[in-house]
Amino acid sequence: MQYMVSVIFEEAGLATPEEDAAIDVFNDRLVAEGHWVFAGGLGAPGTATVIDNRGGEAMFTDGPFVESKEFLAGFWIIEAADLDVALKLAAEGSKACNRKVEVRPFL
Amino acid sequence: MSGVDVREAITRAHQEEWARVVASLARRFGDLDIAEEAAAEAFVTAVEHWPSDGVPPNPGAWLTTTAARKAIDRIRRENRRDDKQTEAQLLSDDGPPEPVGPVGDERLRLIFTCCHPALAMQSRVALTLRMVGGLTVPEIARAFLVQEAAMGQRITRAKAKIKVARIPYRVPSEQDLPARVGGVLAVLYLVFNEGYLATGPDSDPVRPDLTAEAVRLTRLLRTLVPQDGEVAGLLALMLLAEARRPARVSPSGELVALGEQDRGSWDGALIAEGHRLVRERLAAGTAPGRYQILAAINAVHTSARDVRDTDWSQVLALYDQLVRLDPSPVVALNRAVAVAEIDGPQVALAAVDRLAEALDGYHAYHATRADLLRRLGRSQESRAAYDRAVALAGNTAETAYLTRRRDQLG
Repeated sequence: MQYMVSVIFEEAGLATPEEDAAIDVFNDRLVAEGHWVFAGGLGAPGTATVIDNRGGEAMFTDGPFVESKEFLAGFWIIEAADLDVALKLAAEGSKACNRKVEVRPFL
Repeated sequence: MSGVDVREAITRAHQEEWARVVASLARRFGDLDIAEEAAAEAFVTAVEHWPSDGVPPNPGAWLTTTAARKAIDRIRRENRRDDKQTEAQLLSDDGPPEPVGPVGDERLRLIFTCCHPALAMQSRVALTLRMVGGLTVPEIARAFLVQEAAMGQRITRAKAKIKVARIPYRVPSEQDLPARVGGVLAVLYLVFNEGYLATGPDSDPVRPDLTAEAVRLTRLLRTLVPQDGEVAGLLALMLLAEARRPARVSPSGELVALGEQDRGSWDGALIAEGHRLVRERLAAGTAPGRYQILAAINAVHTSARDVRDTDWSQVLALYDQLVRLDPSPVVALNRAVAVAEIDGPQVALAAVDRLAEALDGYHAYHATRADLLRRLGRSQESRAAYDRAVALAGNTAETAYLTRRRDQLG
C-alpha cells in the first residue's frame, strides 16, 4: 500500500541546512525500514505551467492551476502496511522538514 | 413459541449480537460496508424465518453464519472475475476462532476502528453508534438533529475512508493505547450526554437507549483496559448520572433540578456500583483525570440522602482540582455553582460574570446567572437571564423548567 505525504507550505525556497540534515536522517530511515519509494521537492507555484490538450490544440498557461496561500512544496511516496504506519511516518516527516504534511492513499 | 416471544428474541439478538456479527464479518472480509450490509440482511432473514422455523438454539452463531453467506453472495455478485484463490479464501474462514465469553476482542477492534483519530469527531460518534451499537441511520440522525441523508453520507464517507486509506481493523498497540482510549472515551461521553440531555426540541428530553448504549460500550472498553483509571472514571460517572435518571424529569415533562429530585427514586444498585468504582480509583492513589474527578463529584452528590447534607466543600475542592486540569469556562461555570453554596450567590455571581464573553451563547451560563440573581432578589435581571436561557436551551424538559422558574419571579 502506497501513500503520498505532501508537504504543504506558504512560501517557496529551500529548506534550511538544519531542516535538510533532519530530512536526510528521516529519508535514510525510510530506506532502511523499507518504506522508501520516492521523494522530491518542487519549484515554486510561479514556475508551473498548466497544459490543456483536451481540445483541438494544446493550450499552455503560465502559473499554477489554483492560486492559494499554501501550496505543495514537495512530497514523499512511502510504502506502509496501513494508515497507522503511514500517519506515524508522516508525523516524523513533518517534524523533520518543519512543515505541515498531508497523507493520502494511492488507489 | 408465540409471535411476541420471537419478536423479543430478535430484539435481544440484535442488542447482544449485532456488534459481534459485524465485527466478525469485518475481520473476515476486511470491509465495513460489506460487514454491515450482510449483518443487516441476516437480521432481515431472521425476521422472515424465525416466526415459522423457530428461534435457533444459538442465535448468534446462526446470524453470523447467515451474514457470512450473504456477504459471500454479495462479493460474488459484485466481482465476477474472482479467481479460484479468492473464491477459496471466501469460503474458508481461517482467522482466529471467535473469542468465547461475554466480551469479544472483535468488538473492541471495531470500536477502535470507528474511533480512529483520522476520522472527524462527528463521524466517529456516528460510526460507533451504527457499527457497534447497531442503531439505524434514522435513529442516529434523530439523536444528533441532522438530516437523515446527511448522516447517511457521513457514515458512508467514514467507511470509505477506512477502506481506501486502509485504517487498520485492530486494537492499537500497547504504546498507542492510552492516547487512543482518550478519543474513544470522548465519543462514548458524547453519546451518553446526548441521551442524558437530548439537545433537540423534537426529540424526547431523555434518550435511555443512548445512555444504555454508552454504558454498555464503556463496560466493554473496561474489560480491555481494566487498569485505565479514566475508563473506570467515565463508567462511574455514567452510572451515577444514569442512577438519577428516574428522578430527573417530572411526569409533566419538566426537568427536575438536582436539589429538588426525589432521592428515593434514584437507582440504588447503580449508585452502589458507581461508588465502588470511585473508591477503587481513590485507592489506586494515582492522579485522577477529568472523568475520575467528575465521577467523584457525582459520588458526593449521590452520597447525600438529603440535598441539605451535600458536602459542598468537598464538591468545591474537587472542582478546584478539575480547574487545574481543565481551565475551560464551562468548568469554571460549574465550579461557581459550588461556590454559591459555600460563599454565597454574590461571590458566585462575580465569578460567573467573568465568563460572560466566553459563554454568552451557552444556555447554562444564563440559567446559572438567572438562578444566582433570583437568590439575590434582583428579579428583573434574573428574568432577563431566564429569557436568554430559554431562548438558547434546546431540551424540552429544560425549557419547561426554566420557563416556570422565570414565571415564578415576583
